[in-house]
Amino acid sequence: MPRFEPLLERMPTTRTPEFVDRTAPGGAAGERPSYTAEAPFKIHGGCGLMGICDESGSLMSGENAIRAMAVQRDRGNGLGGGFAGYGIYPEFPDHFCFHMMLHDVRAKEEAEAVFDRHFTVDLAEPMPTRPVKGISDAPLLWRYFLKPDPHRLEETEMSEEDFVVHVVMLINSTVDGAFVASSGRNMGAFKGVGFPEEIGHYYLLEEYEGHTWVGHNRFPTNTPGWWGGAHPFTLLDWSIVHNGEISSYGINSRYLEAFGYKCTLGTDTEVAAYLFDLMLRRHKLPIELACKALASPLWSDIDRMPEEERALMRSLRAVYGPGMLNGPFAIVLGHNGGMVALNDRIKLRPLVAARQGTIVMVASEESAMREVLDAPDRVWAPRAGEPVIASVAGAEQPFHDDLHLSADEVSCAVTGVVETCETVEVN
Amino acid sequence: MAAVKEAGTPIEGYIQVDPEVTRDGDVVTIDCRGIYYKHVNEAVRSAFAEGATTVRLTNVNGQRYIGTGISGKGLRIEVEGTAGQDLAMFMDGPTVEIFGNAQDGVGNTMNAGTVVVHGDAGDVLGYGMRGGTVLVRGDVGYRVGIHMKAYEGHVPVMVCGGKARDFFGEYMAGGMLVLLGMDTRIEGPLVGGYVGTGMHGGVIYLRGEVEPWQCGKEVGIFPADEADMKQLRPALERYCEAFGVELAEVLSVPFTKLVPISHRPYGKLYTYV
Repeated sequence: MPRFEPLLERMPTTRTPEFVDRTAPGGAAGERPSYTAEAPFKIHGGCGLMGICDESGSLMSGENAIRAMAVQRDRGNGLGGGFAGYGIYPEFPDHFCFHMMLHDVRAKEEAEAVFDRHFTVDLAEPMPTRPVKGISDAPLLWRYFLKPDPHRLEETEMSEEDFVVHVVMLINSTVDGAFVASSGRNMGAFKGVGFPEEIGHYYLLEEYEGHTWVGHNRFPTNTPGWWGGAHPFTLLDWSIVHNGEISSYGINSRYLEAFGYKCTLGTDTEVAAYLFDLMLRRHKLPIELACKALASPLWSDIDRMPEEERALMRSLRAVYGPGMLNGPFAIVLGHNGGMVALNDRIKLRPLVAARQGTIVMVASEESAMREVLDAPDRVWAPRAGEPVIASVAGAEQPFHDDLHLSADEVSCAVTGVVETCETVEVN
Repeated sequence: MAAVKEAGTPIEGYIQVDPEVTRDGDVVTIDCRGIYYKHVNEAVRSAFAEGATTVRLTNVNGQRYIGTGISGKGLRIEVEGTAGQDLAMFMDGPTVEIFGNAQDGVGNTMNAGTVVVHGDAGDVLGYGMRGGTVLVRGDVGYRVGIHMKAYEGHVPVMVCGGKARDFFGEYMAGGMLVLLGMDTRIEGPLVGGYVGTGMHGGVIYLRGEVEPWQCGKEVGIFPADEADMKQLRPALERYCEAFGVELAEVLSVPFTKLVPISHRPYGKLYTYV
């Protein structure tokens, strides 16, 4: 299979193409990349994705995710592949697990110094990997099972989650050569430069078992393929895989900055992860409404809605205007309670779904589901802007399942303005 | 219930080897399980070059470009499984019959020949189609028949038996696009919005009715009259023959005709007056 020329050679990047001795004491020689500066353009292109969730909570091998991506191989070009799995660390269900990509030993020491100031680290170990043809130039890959330091938590008066988000942003924006690939509980992201089946094999994904998996095959068209730039993008236990382009990146990132998010990766997908975190975890919007805010119905469609729904959609678009994702996209959001798949409102990127018993699956192509499921009860193409939602029974859902908030309730939840909230009945 | 298929499919994806080929007179059967699309399509071309008239592809799952760029009359490809992207792209003459669903981009810029899909078909079906016939038993996706075109004797015909999503017949420039709404799993209206947006040639027939808001402002909506039904009938007969459907059942609901009201809807868009 002929490979495309590595884009790295032609792209402005601080990455040195020569061999880097990452384990040299005191750090590798030469300039260390700030991963902030490494991907200076937004990323878009044709990609492939998948998500699978067993709503019964039964665990399945990561090999299913690998196979679903392998049949979609030609949707990518070998410059980025990745997965996230949920329920994979049952030995540490309550620890946050940081999957770290580190340029060299110095970056590792600096990142660990940040950990020591903020967390109690109960286990630090190199990620298990195996040599795979096609995978080269990997950064140092380590994982840390940790818990927020109770004293620091008390000092900062933050929730555990906000505290972790703060540290993720701190590392990604200030520690050169260190990148947090994932930071959630009982989950992890496994990604890098290569075809997804190679990446999955490299990380020995077939040895992990999870109730939910998401996967991605990347075809970067105008940004370098680099390890941190592969999907999924994650924050806490959210992971996002994305096919398409978010043209509204500028306005979305400015909006998110007002809520304390730092968009450090220079990719459009990152804003989708943070917007979900903002809407679902912090504003506690029902998932259906969050999806309607991200992939808003067109004004002409809103005008034809029944009065109550029209008022809600108008309010939602008014409040979350800067959070709307414009441009073509199909995304899958993974979390500890399952997954959500969503298309842009005019279906400019493919998304197909299937169900077999308690297993819900989505992918860019039907073939991915036929590869993994032996007899799907149903295969369908979701409508543009209509989310496909899979929820693991008994798992804590990170959002309300009340689907019928009024316009005032949404405004209240979002703005907290007293006048609006006064009209809201609190149960 | 077996939750997922047994492991054993190669973890590295498609295998890049020549597929197993069996020959029975003029019929060649190719087992495509796990074989990379390039090797499948090379095997198809060699089979035709060596005199086969029918190539049967079994265990197809997502392989791309089946039938793409193949010319010649009397050639037949049968696909068992889920056909991948851009099936029958630039195809010129053969017949491809899919016993399963088709993914996106079937009949892309197809020139002549026939595609029969016994299941559903995905998005951008018949994109820029210039001739030949596409028949789909079930539902179709978004942007179906986008920019179909006709020239002299080349008039593409597409009949979709289920329902369709938005942008049906968008920028259509020629040919005939038919939607029946019969064999469907989609709830809701026959077709989504933006039907015939930017349409400037050809004709769309819908079995049933359509609201004006669903259609682009470039099209006029009319009940199909006797002359229209005469024009439509051969296409419906082919559909009925392909899938064993009663013509009377198809004709039991009145048809609506959509035609462009301007040949150059954007003629003034980029010009200074």
